[in-house]
Amino acid sequence: MRLGEIAKILDATVIYGKDLLDRDAASACGSDFMSDVLAYVKKQAVLLTGLVNPQVIRTADMTDIICVTFVRGKHPTPEIVELARARDIVLLSSDKRMYEACGLLYSNGLRG
Amino acid sequence: METIKLIYPVEGGDLIEAGEASSKMKLTLKKLGLPQDIIRKASICMYEGEINMVIHADGGQAEVEVDMNQITIRMIDSGPGIPDVEKAMQEGFSTAGPTARELGFGAGMGLPNMKRYSDDLTIDTTVGKGTTVTVIIKIPQ
Ligand SMILES: Nc1ncnc2c1ncn2[C@@H]1O[C@H](COP(=O)(O)OP(=O)(O)O)[C@@H](O)[C@H]1O
Ligand SMILES: [Mg+2]
Repeated sequence: MRLGEIAKILDATVIYGKDLLDRDAASACGSDFMSDVLAYVKKQAVLLTGLVNPQVIRTADMTDIICVTFVRGKHPTPEIVELARARDIVLLSSDKRMYEACGLLYSNGLRG
Repeated sequence: METIKLIYPVEGGDLIEAGEASSKMKLTLKKLGLPQDIIRKASICMYEGEINMVIHADGGQAEVEVDMNQITIRMIDSGPGIPDVEKAMQEGFSTAGPTARELGFGAGMGLPNMKRYSDDLTIDTTVGKGTTVTVIIKIPQ
C-alpha cells in the first residue's frame, strides 16, 4: 500500500516526506515497545506508535521501516523530525487511536 | 576483502542519545555493499547491545570486524556484570528502571533479540568487572 493512501485512510498530517508518499509499504506494525518492534517488524514496514522520542526513529532506521505514524495526535519535536529527515523516513501524525488506526489499515488490506 | 575493523565508543548516561554508534555502523556496512538482510540483522544486534550498555553499564565500546565470511560485533563494558546469564537470556526478564521503560525499552527482549538475529551469541561476564557480548552474523556466500 502506498504511503499516500495510508495517510489518506488515517486522515493523517504529513510531518516529513510529502514528496516520498509514492513509496510502497509491505506491512505494518503497531507498538509502544521498541524491543517488540525490533523483534517482529518485517521489511518495508510502517510503524504505528504512541511513543514520541528519538529512539523511535533510531529503531525505525535499524529495521528499515519506511514510515512512522504517530497516533493519538502526537507530534514529534524538531530534533526528532531532523533525525527522520536525515534518514529519509516519512513521518505522519493521526488523531486516531492505536486500535482504530491499525484496524483501518488492516481492513484496507495492509497486513502485519 | 581484507578484514575491516571499526571501533565505536558508546557514551553512558543519557538514553536519548543512544544509537549513534549503531547508525554509524549501519552506514559503513552499506558503503561496503553488504546484503540488506545482513546489514539489518547486524544493525538490530548492535542497537540492542548499545542500548544495554547505556541502560545497564554506563557505556562502553563496540568493536566491529567485517571480513568475507562474517560480521563480528563485540560490545565491551566495565559495568556491573550479569549475575545470572541464563535468567538474563529469558524473554521478559529485565532489571531496567522507569526511564528506560518510558523510552520503549526494558521489555527484557534485547538479549533474546540479539540471539534471534545472529548466528552466534556469547556473553562473557564477571560481576563487578564488566560484560562482553559478542555476536556473529554470517555472510552467505
Ligand atoms: N551490558 C550489560 N551489563 C549488565 N547487565 C546487563 C547487560 N546487558 C544486559 N544485562 C542484564 O540482562 C537483562 C536482560 O537484558 P535484555 O534482554 O537486553 O533486556 P532489557 O535491556 O530490556 O532489560 C537486563 O535487564 C540486565 O539485568
Ligand atoms: Mg536490553
